[in-house]
Amino acid sequence: MATKIGIKKKKGLKYLIESTVWGTLFFCSLISVIILLLVFTYLIGNALPFFSKFGIWGFLSGLDWNPTATPPSFGVLPLLMGTVLVSFVGALVAIPIGLGCTIYLSEIASPRVKKYLKPAIEVLAGIPSVVYGLFAALVLSDWLSIVFNPTSRLNALNGALILAIMMIPILVSIAEEAMNSVPKSLKEASMALGANRWETIRRTIIPAALPGIVAAIVLSIGRAVGETMAVIMATGNATQFTTNIFASVRTMTAGLAIDIQETGAGSDHYYALFAVGLLLFAITFGINLIADYVLARFKEAYK
Amino acid sequence: MFGLFRTCALIVVLALVVIIGYVFINGIGKWSVNFFTQDPRPDLHGALVLGGIFSPLIGTLMLMLLVLVIAIPVGVLGALFLVEYWGSSRTSRAWWIVVNNLAGVPSIVWGLLGVALLVYYLQFGLSLIAAAITLSLLVLPLIMVATKEAVEAVPSSLREASISLGATKWQTIRHHVLPYSASGILTGIILSLARAGGETAPILVTGVAVNAGIPGSLSDQFQALPYYIYLMTQTTNRTQAYGMAYGAALVLILLIIGLSLTAIILRARYREKYRW
Repeated sequence: MATKIGIKKKKGLKYLIESTVWGTLFFCSLISVIILLLVFTYLIGNALPFFSKFGIWGFLSGLDWNPTATPPSFGVLPLLMGTVLVSFVGALVAIPIGLGCTIYLSEIASPRVKKYLKPAIEVLAGIPSVVYGLFAALVLSDWLSIVFNPTSRLNALNGALILAIMMIPILVSIAEEAMNSVPKSLKEASMALGANRWETIRRTIIPAALPGIVAAIVLSIGRAVGETMAVIMATGNATQFTTNIFASVRTMTAGLAIDIQETGAGSDHYYALFAVGLLLFAITFGINLIADYVLARFKEAYK
Repeated sequence: MFGLFRTCALIVVLALVVIIGYVFINGIGKWSVNFFTQDPRPDLHGALVLGGIFSPLIGTLMLMLLVLVIAIPVGVLGALFLVEYWGSSRTSRAWWIVVNNLAGVPSIVWGLLGVALLVYYLQFGLSLIAAAITLSLLVLPLIMVATKEAVEAVPSSLREASISLGATKWQTIRHHVLPYSASGILTGIILSLARAGGETAPILVTGVAVNAGIPGSLSDQFQALPYYIYLMTQTTNRTQAYGMAYGAALVLILLIIGLSLTAIILRARYREKYRW
C-alpha cells in the first residue's frame, strides 16, 4: 500500500473514506463465500451422524424409505427414483419444444413477434412454482385422468409435464443467448456459399452454439431436480420405488419439505433428511459445475 | 420445417395463456372487498376456507420488505466489490463460480439450512426473521449476478477518464459507475424481490403457520400468500377452498408479474438510453 506513489502522503479524510468503503464492500462480498461454507458445513455436519450410524451404502442402495417405522429404514432410492423419473420425463418433453421455440425465436421470428414472445417467456419463468402446482393439482391432473386413466390421479407424469412447462423458459432464454452470440459472419458466409436458411441453421448456427445449448439443457434439468412446490402438489407423494409414470411418487425435494416439519432436531430422522439434502445439493452442484464449464469454454471460443 | 418451430413457440405461448387464463377465470369471481380486507376464517370443520386473504398478503409483503433490507445492500455492495476492486483476477473468477453455484442451490436446501442454522442453532425458532433470512440467502446470489452484469456493462473508458482526472476509486464508482448501472441493478433487485415473494418451500419449513395472523414482532410466525394457496389445495372442503386458491393465486400472479414487467420495461428503456 505504502509503496504506491502519493497514497502515503494523502492519509487524510479521503484515504479514510476509501479504506472504509473497501472494507465494507469486501465484507459484503465475503458473505457469499461464508454462506457457501455454511451450506457445506451444515449439510455435511448434520449428515455425518446419520452416515456413521446407518452407513452410506445402505442409504444409497436402500429400496425402502420409512423413517417412522420400527425399526426405521432410510433407503433413499424411492426418493431418488421419484426425482429422476419426473425430471427425466419432464426433460424429454421440454427439450424438443424448448429447442424448437429457441430456433423460432432467434432465427425465424420477425422483430415484432420477438418483441412480444420474449417477455411472454420471461413471464412464464416468473410465475411462482406454487401457481404451477395449483394448476397441476386441480386442472392438469383431471385432463390426464381423462386421457390416460392412470393408477393414481396425482402421478409422476402430471409432475413431469408441469416441470416441463417450468423448464422451457430457462432452456429457451439461455439457448437463445447462445444462438445469438454466434458471430454474424458465420451465418453470412454460409448464406453466401448458397445454403438456404434451414441449412444455415442446421449446419452452421446450431453446431456453433452447441455448447451453449447443452448448458441450457443441463441448467433446466437442474431446475427440475431442485423444484419442490410444484412436484409436492402434482405427484401425490406416495413413497414407493417405481418406474411407472402413472403411479404416485415422492421426490427428494418433496420428501424433505414434508418430513422436516414432522421431525425434531437431533433425531435419526432429522439427520437422515440432511443426508438427503446433501445428496440433492451434490447433484445440483454437479449439474451447475458442468454447465459453468461448458459455458466458459463456449465463451472463450467466441470472444 | 419452420412450421414445426412455430408450433413449438405456439405451444409455449399456449401454456402461458391457459395457465393464466384458468387462474384468472376461476379467481376473479372471488375478488371482493372482503376478500382483501378479512383474515382467513375457519368453516364448520375448522378448515380456513372462509373470509379473505388479508393476513397472508400482509405476511408476504413483510417478507419481501425484510428481504429488501437484508439481502439487497449485501448483494449489491458485494458484487460491486468483486467487479470494481478485483476485476478479472483469478480470485474474483473463482468467487463468481461460487456465487453462480449458490444461485443453483434448490430452494428446499436453503430451507434445510434455515432450519438447522436459524431455527435450531441460533434459536430463532419458527419465525418471520428465520424465514426472511432464509429467503435472503436464496436471493443473494441472484442479486449479485444481476449487479455484476449491470456494472460490467459500463465501459471501462469511463472509469479510466474519471481516475485520470484525479478521482478516487470510490468517487469514480459513486459518480460514474453507479448512475449508469443503476437501472440494471434495480431490475435485478425487482426480479429478486419477485422471486422471494413467490417462494414457498423455504418458508414452509422455517416459520409459516396456518393461522398465525399478522406478526407483531420478528420472532412471531406468519402467513404468506404462496403457503395459503398450497394449503387450499390440501383441505377437505374442496368446493370452497379451490375458489379461494384461484383467487389468491391471481393476486400472487399479478403481484409477481407486475414486478417482473416493471423490471422488463425498465431494462428495455435502459438499453435504449445507453448504447455504448
